[in-house]
Amino acid sequence: MTDITPSGHSSDHGNQPERLGYSPVADIPHKPRVTDIDPKAAKRAERQVASMFLLSIIFVILFVVAFVGIDKSTAIYIPVLGVVGALQVALGFTMGVAILLIGAGAIQWAKKLMPDVEVVQQRHDMNSEPEAAAEAAANYQRGKEESGFVRYPIIRRTLIAALALFPIPLIVLLRDLWITPPGESPEEELSRTAWHEGLRIVADGNFQPIRPEDIPVGGLVSALPIDIMEIQEEEHNLNARGKAAIILVRMDPDQIRSQQGDNWDYQGILAYSKICTHVGCPIALYEQRTHHLLCPCHQSTFDLADSGDVIFGPAARRMPQLPIGVDEEGFLVARSDFTEPVGPSFWERS
Amino acid sequence: MKFLAARRRNPIVALGLLLFALVVVGGGYAVVTETQPATAAMGSQTQVEDGERLYLEGCSSCHGLQAEGTGNGPTLIGAGAAAVHFQVATGRMPLAAPGAQAPAKEVIYTESEIEAMSAYVASLAPGPAIPSAEQIDFADADVAEGGVLFRINCAQCHQAAGQGGALTQGKYAPSLMESTPQEIYEAMITGPENMPIFADSTLQVEEKQAILAYINELQEAPSPGGLALGRLGPVAEGLFLWTAVFAALIAAAVWIGIKAR
Repeated sequence: MTDITPSGHSSDHGNQPERLGYSPVADIPHKPRVTDIDPKAAKRAERQVASMFLLSIIFVILFVVAFVGIDKSTAIYIPVLGVVGALQVALGFTMGVAILLIGAGAIQWAKKLMPDVEVVQQRHDMNSEPEAAAEAAANYQRGKEESGFVRYPIIRRTLIAALALFPIPLIVLLRDLWITPPGESPEEELSRTAWHEGLRIVADGNFQPIRPEDIPVGGLVSALPIDIMEIQEEEHNLNARGKAAIILVRMDPDQIRSQQGDNWDYQGILAYSKICTHVGCPIALYEQRTHHLLCPCHQSTFDLADSGDVIFGPAARRMPQLPIGVDEEGFLVARSDFTEPVGPSFWERS
Repeated sequence: MKFLAARRRNPIVALGLLLFALVVVGGGYAVVTETQPATAAMGSQTQVEDGERLYLEGCSSCHGLQAEGTGNGPTLIGAGAAAVHFQVATGRMPLAAPGAQAPAKEVIYTESEIEAMSAYVASLAPGPAIPSAEQIDFADADVAEGGVLFRINCAQCHQAAGQGGALTQGKYAPSLMESTPQEIYEAMITGPENMPIFADSTLQVEEKQAILAYINELQEAPSPGGLALGRLGPVAEGLFLWTAVFAALIAAAVWIGIKAR
């Protein structure tokens, strides 16, 4: 703290600080501004500041005029912004500019006209006065004696015991972090979906069953089990729908390089889960020429012509495939449930 | 004249003359090419013949002389009239340069020429036909149902507000804001490039009309706040605030901090 020496003199120009009775001027070189030397420049800065404040007044008046004069349903075209409500833009613009000009004027005033000489402000001692410190210590001592903390050991000990045991309810509340709750584990829950053998596949949206010939090569259909609405009403949630959502794509059978099971397709129609195996985003960005399925959330990419394997992105597991066939009436049906858990990865499996 | 004489060697003059010459030559050429007679498609047979001529001139170098396809372009046998109309009427074909995806650009054929080419390709093998006026009439369609169907079938690539989005390796789903109902319908039944096909059998005509009504609603919806930022909502707006507005705040802080001269 000795390097900043309080000194009563100014090195370059003995101007404002001493005259105004300010703190001592710091002992470092000071470069005067144009407005300090040139009275014309000082006058110009004065005019700048005053005109900013004046303009602010004008914008406030314009605000009032806009509030009274512009009908709130008027729409105008402004380049870049497009068609916007004239009143809202006028009110926002005039109010914003009015506030901005007050601030800018104040800063300009401080920068150009107020004294800018470097000054020293002395810090006061951080310690309390000795009398105050002694009084505080005496207060503590008196409190200790009057409360009887020393005199009643039974109270002291029970209080300490009570405070030591207090966190136990919190531990009970957090037990789920390491104790598996009764019922199904996430793995069991995600391993079983609404699909089962012979269940018809319907298009999401119109819930009509689908014939193989309805899907052309290159086609894509978002699909669900036929009874999904009843299950949904029974369970009062969308979990079953989320797990059972699939996409159907059709490609030339020659282009299918591999599948998750033998002949799980039906004449080139493949059914895959619609839920990304990374963190569970619904995913149907299917490129019909490359057979890639792209997840919009984190760009995981699956090759549906090659067992739904991950070819790019953070997903760790392939997209589960649903084996499909047709029933006696010629509609597409599932041949079983999914054979691996659908949806995002979780602790019990990597 | 003295003024001009003194300045005729100025480099600006040479530049001006060059510009003038370019405008005259280019404009003259445009006028000459404009005067080519537009193909009047009357009878179906003439239309197919005209289409074949246009095909051989403009398309056969990539798609082959018999539309059988080459290393540069797929076969058009069975592509159907709708695919030809979509690709040519949006300017995607003829392709200017090979790339990840054919961009929509200025259309160089007249409507009757495009119809002739569509008729020629349709005459090669059956394929999706150009949708009729009734098929794309969405006046009685249910906009809300269209919204549901759009979110199930289209939004994954074209974004919930139809603004388009990125696919893999430079490919993209284009914005639907400038698309006509006919183009959208054709795209759904033909699956241009990497777009899957949404055939009338699984996405029925009335459902397609509902989707058209929803897209029309998106196209005509006003944006009361101006500057919709892709209608992505808080994410785009937050990004705008963090970048543009924070840059302005930092600039203001720097100005306040600079010592006056």
